[in-house]
Amino acid sequence: MATDALRIDTLEAYYGDSHVLHGVSFALRAGEVLALLGRNGAGKTTCISSIMGLLPPRSGGIALFGKAIAGLPPEAISHAGVGLVPQGRRVFPSLSVLENLTVARQRAATTDRPWTLERIFELFPPMSARRSQLAGTLSGGEQQMLAIGRALMGNPRVLLLDEPSEGLAPLIVAEVGRTIARLKAEGQSIILVEQNSQLAFSLADHVVILNTGRVTFDGRVSEVVGNEALIAQNLGVIGTHHAA
Amino acid sequence: MQFWIIQTLNSLAFGGLLFLLASGFSLIFGLMRLANLAHGAFFMLGAYLGAAAIRSIPGLDLWSAALLAGFSVAAAGGLLERLVLRRLGSNPLGQVLVTLGISFIIADACLMLWGGDPIPMPAPDYLRRPILFAGIAFPAYRFAVVACAIVAALGLYLLLERTRIGAMIRAGVDDMDMARAIGIPVSKLFTAVFCLGAGIAGAGGVLGGPILSAYPGLDADMLPLALIVVILGGVGSLLGAFVGSFIIGFIYTFGTALLPDLAYVILFLPMIVVIAFRPQGLFGRLRA
Ligand SMILES: Nc1ncnc2c1ncn2[C@@H]1O[C@H](COP(=O)(O)OP(=O)(O)OP(=O)(O)O)[C@@H](O)[C@H]1O
Ligand SMILES: [Mg+2]
Repeated sequence: MATDALRIDTLEAYYGDSHVLHGVSFALRAGEVLALLGRNGAGKTTCISSIMGLLPPRSGGIALFGKAIAGLPPEAISHAGVGLVPQGRRVFPSLSVLENLTVARQRAATTDRPWTLERIFELFPPMSARRSQLAGTLSGGEQQMLAIGRALMGNPRVLLLDEPSEGLAPLIVAEVGRTIARLKAEGQSIILVEQNSQLAFSLADHVVILNTGRVTFDGRVSEVVGNEALIAQNLGVIGTHHAA
Repeated sequence: MQFWIIQTLNSLAFGGLLFLLASGFSLIFGLMRLANLAHGAFFMLGAYLGAAAIRSIPGLDLWSAALLAGFSVAAAGGLLERLVLRRLGSNPLGQVLVTLGISFIIADACLMLWGGDPIPMPAPDYLRRPILFAGIAFPAYRFAVVACAIVAALGLYLLLERTRIGAMIRAGVDDMDMARAIGIPVSKLFTAVFCLGAGIAGAGGVLGGPILSAYPGLDADMLPLALIVVILGGVGSLLGAFVGSFIIGFIYTFGTALLPDLAYVILFLPMIVVIAFRPQGLFGRLRA
């Protein structure tokens, strides 16, 4: 079997004394979308922060295409090929749209078709007209597009998307969905954290469900869709979070 | 009339010196959340190094001495940041104690090396003669100091606002974790900004030489003013440091000239107003 794009092995993570992730393990196959689901406070963002190095795990392994990255500082993990679109978007508000993109530029290590400013503007045409506008003045949807563009400018081998549909109007959610679908079609490996289960199921190949810091389900998307009991137990009722 | 014009010019020159000090302090605090209480000592160390260089290297002019002192203090600051301050992390009490301790060490070292008497520094010959205009004699060197501050401000502005490195620094100020997560080497930028801030302060000490000279206690005289400038202008804001420096330059100069007994009251009163009504300073942004 080919090396996994990202393999997480019995991860333990703490905020101070509070133990949040309990032996979390899962693997993302190259070119696939892995949906990481769970209720509020389940530990999804903690998991993403651990992978990115923002919250170094207390123990456990993280491997990016076979290379161990656990314990490295975030900038090294970014250079190794992990891109982050964080929860809450976190664009740099006092930088222009263009600056938000250029500060994130990294040479492509592997792809023959690297992301460039031109390609980002082609992916998000409205961004181009706003290139000199301060990012803090963009709408939520625009900030989400910018956050995705910023992560892509690093030409990541694995893209982490933490609740990209959160707080967005349905039309914008649909656009975010189309964008993720397009990235997937181009072969981008993606971990997608979502509370909007329908959006997640429509994009994912693989599903991992967290419940209070433990993996309670790990399987193909076909095993989840239609499994009402599993969904009710771990996610609440489908579609209650966002009317997508 | 002469009094007002001369005091105005003194205010501008003092404001310029304050900017050379406060801009670095503000940048360092903005990016690193480090209140570097040794910044006044950097200014003084620069002044002494410049004075010593002028004394021991024949023919060295003030500008070259300022450059020399600036680079030396930048290097010293860089070492300090890498070897000591880096280890403090974000512990504010540790930062205060350690940087204050470093400033005492620098002050004592200067006292041991250069003694307790003030060391005057002459302005370059061609700037020593006052410029006569409309019957009033303007001290020419004061203009040169203001010009230096403006050049420094412009240079910093261009660096911060018009280059990719500058955008990376601002990204780090906006959201340090996020900046690191997209691969910005925030740690190296920290060191570079620290060197830059220290270097500007060191050069500022030399440029202030012909006005203030180098003397024990220069650090303790300047540091509170830099803090006031930064609180007034807004932490991390270059424009704030610039405007704040000149405001404080005026308040301080006119305060000491007109109401010497109340100079500090006049200085701290606007501070209290600012903290009460605009805690982020005139040009600062509120942080989450
Ligand atoms: N900075 C922090 N300090 C302490 N505890 C935290 C911190 N951030 C999160 N937690 C706690 O860790 C647990 C997991 O939080 P996490 O943010 O990973 O959840 P999540 O699955 O991303 O939830 P959401 O869907 O609301 O984003 C929660 O109990 C939360 O209260
Ligand atoms: Mg979360």
